[in-house]
Amino acid sequence: MPDRSFAPSRILIYLAVSLIAAAWLAPLVVVVLNSLRSNEEIAQGSMIGWPQQWAWSNYAAAWSGFCVAETCAGIRPYMLNSALVTIPATIFSTLLGAIAGYAVSLWRFRGDNWIYGIVTLGLFLPQQMRLLPWTIVLRDIGLINTLTGLVLIHTIQGLSFTTLFCRNYYVAIPHELIRAARIDGAGFFRIFWRIILPLSGPILIVTVIWQFTHIWNEFLYGVTFTTGQQQPVTAALIALSAAVADIPQHGVQSAAVIIAALPTLLIYLLGGKYFVRGLTAGAVK
Amino acid sequence: MTSAVLTRPGRSAATELVRRLPEYLMIWVPLLLSAAHLVSFSLWTLWISFTPSTLVPVSGWVGLRNYTAVAASRNWQIAFDNLLLFGSAFVLLSAATGLILAILLDQRIRAENVLRSIFLYPLAVSFVVTGTVWSWLLNPGLGIQKLVHDLGWTSFKFDWLIDRDMAIWTIVIAAIWQSSGFAMALFLAGLRSVDADIIKAAQIDGAGAVRIYRRIILPSLWPITITVVVIQLQFAISTFDLVRALTNGGPGIATQLPALVVYDLMFQRSLLGRGAAAAVLMLLILLAVLLPYAAWRYIQRRRANHA
Repeated sequence: MPDRSFAPSRILIYLAVSLIAAAWLAPLVVVVLNSLRSNEEIAQGSMIGWPQQWAWSNYAAAWSGFCVAETCAGIRPYMLNSALVTIPATIFSTLLGAIAGYAVSLWRFRGDNWIYGIVTLGLFLPQQMRLLPWTIVLRDIGLINTLTGLVLIHTIQGLSFTTLFCRNYYVAIPHELIRAARIDGAGFFRIFWRIILPLSGPILIVTVIWQFTHIWNEFLYGVTFTTGQQQPVTAALIALSAAVADIPQHGVQSAAVIIAALPTLLIYLLGGKYFVRGLTAGAVK
Repeated sequence: MTSAVLTRPGRSAATELVRRLPEYLMIWVPLLLSAAHLVSFSLWTLWISFTPSTLVPVSGWVGLRNYTAVAASRNWQIAFDNLLLFGSAFVLLSAATGLILAILLDQRIRAENVLRSIFLYPLAVSFVVTGTVWSWLLNPGLGIQKLVHDLGWTSFKFDWLIDRDMAIWTIVIAAIWQSSGFAMALFLAGLRSVDADIIKAAQIDGAGAVRIYRRIILPSLWPITITVVVIQLQFAISTFDLVRALTNGGPGIATQLPALVVYDLMFQRSLLGRGAAAAVLMLLILLAVLLPYAAWRYIQRRRANHA
C-alpha cells in the first residue's frame, strides 16, 4: 500500500508472486497433461511430463468406458447422480432459504430470533454428529441408498447457510418498504415476489454458487448413505482409485478427475466474484 | 410487529388462519425442520454415545464406558496427536501464506485479478480431487521423486507419503495449497480497509513502507487473523475427505484423524456407541475453539457499541 514506485523491490514482488502462482497451478497442469498421456507412457516415466502422443481417448474411456467395481460404464452414471442430487438440492435450499431469510429479517414473527439462532448453529455442528441419526431416519423412511435421500439431506442442511446469506442481505432492505406494501394489502408471498425477489439477484447468485459447489464436492454423506450405482462422483472417484490399485490407469484416472472437477471449476471461472463473496460471507458470520 | 396487527376487520380467526396457512407453512416448516434436526440429531448422537450400541442402536446405559474405550484406543490417541500437529502447523502456515500473498497482491500489481483467481481456485474443487492429485504428486514411485530420479539425480529422496513419521506433513502441504487462498481473501479485504489517511499521515512523517506495515497495517489485522485461525481450525478438526483421498489414514494408521476414527468405528467396525462417543469428542474439541471465539466476538461487539 505505501511507496509503490520503488523499482528493484517491485521486480522481487513480481518474481515472488509468479513463483507462488506457478506452484499453485502446477497440480492442475500436471493432471491436465496426464489426462492426455497414455497409461503406458505414464507407467514408463513419472506422473509429471509432457504428452508424447495426445491420448484424447482417455476422456472417452473415463466418461463411459472404464470399470468401477463390477460395472464398466465409466464416470458418466456417477456424474449424472451428482447432477441429480446437486441441482434440485441447490434450488430447494436456495428458495427455501430466501423465504426463511426474508421471514426472519423483514416479516418478523414470534420466536424468529430463537429459531434463526438455532438454524445458524448448523454452520458449526460437525457432520459426524448427524451421521447416525440420518442413517436411521433415511432407513425408516425408505430413502437410504437413494438420490432423493441425499437431496433431502442437502436441502435441510443447506438451509443453515442459505438462510444466513439471505437474511444478512435482506436486513439492509428498509422496513418502511415492507410496511407500506402491507398497508396497501399485500401479503407475505406478494411482497416476496414483487419486492424482495427482484432485489435478490446478487445474493441468489452467491447462494446458488455456494450451494452448488458444496453439494457437488461433498463426500462424507455420499459415501455413507449410498453404495454402488447410487454414489455421487466424489465417492465413485475414491472407489475407482481403490479398484485400479493393482493395475493403475493413471491417464484415464486423470481424465476422470478432470471431468469430476469440471462443473465447479467452470462455475468458479464464470462467477468467481460471487464465489469469493460467498466464502467471505460464510466466514464473517 | 406480528402479522396479527394488520389483520383486516370482519374476518373470523378461523378463516384468517386458513387464508394465512400457506404463509405459515412456508415460514415454519423449513426453519423448524432445520432447527429440529440440528437439536434432535445432536441429542440423539449424544444419547447413543452412552448406550452399549454396536451393530444397531440399543437402549441401555453404560455411562462413560464408550468414551474411556475411545480415549484409551491407540487409534484415537494417534488421531488426536495428529490433529494437534496438523491443526497447528496447517493453521499457522496457511495463515502466514495467506498474509504474504495478500501483502504481495496489495502492492498495486498488474493482473491482480488473475493472480487472485489462481490462489483461490483450489477452493472450488473437491478435496477428493485435490487429495487424489496430491497423492500422485507425492507418491515417490510416481510423482516428484520419480521425476527427479528420471532427470538423473537418483539419490534425491522425497517419500513423506510412505514415511510414518512424515506422512502427516503431506496432508499439511495439500491443505495449505488448498486453503491459503481463503486466508488471502480475508486478509486482502482487511488490508484494503485500513484508513488511508493514517497511512498518508505516517508517510508525511517520513515512515518507510516496512515501518508502516509493522506499526500500522499489521496490528490492525488482528481481528481478521483470529477469524482466519478459527475458521481454519474448524476445517482442520473436521478434515476427512482430504485424508481419505490422500493417505486414507496410512501408512498403517500414521495419518489417522478424529473424523476418520468416527467413520471407522461407526461404519466399518459397527461400534455405534463408540463411534458416537468419538463424534461427541470431536464436537467438544470444536467447542474448545469456538466458545472462546464467540466470547471474544461478544466482547468486541459490546465494546464497539459502547464506543
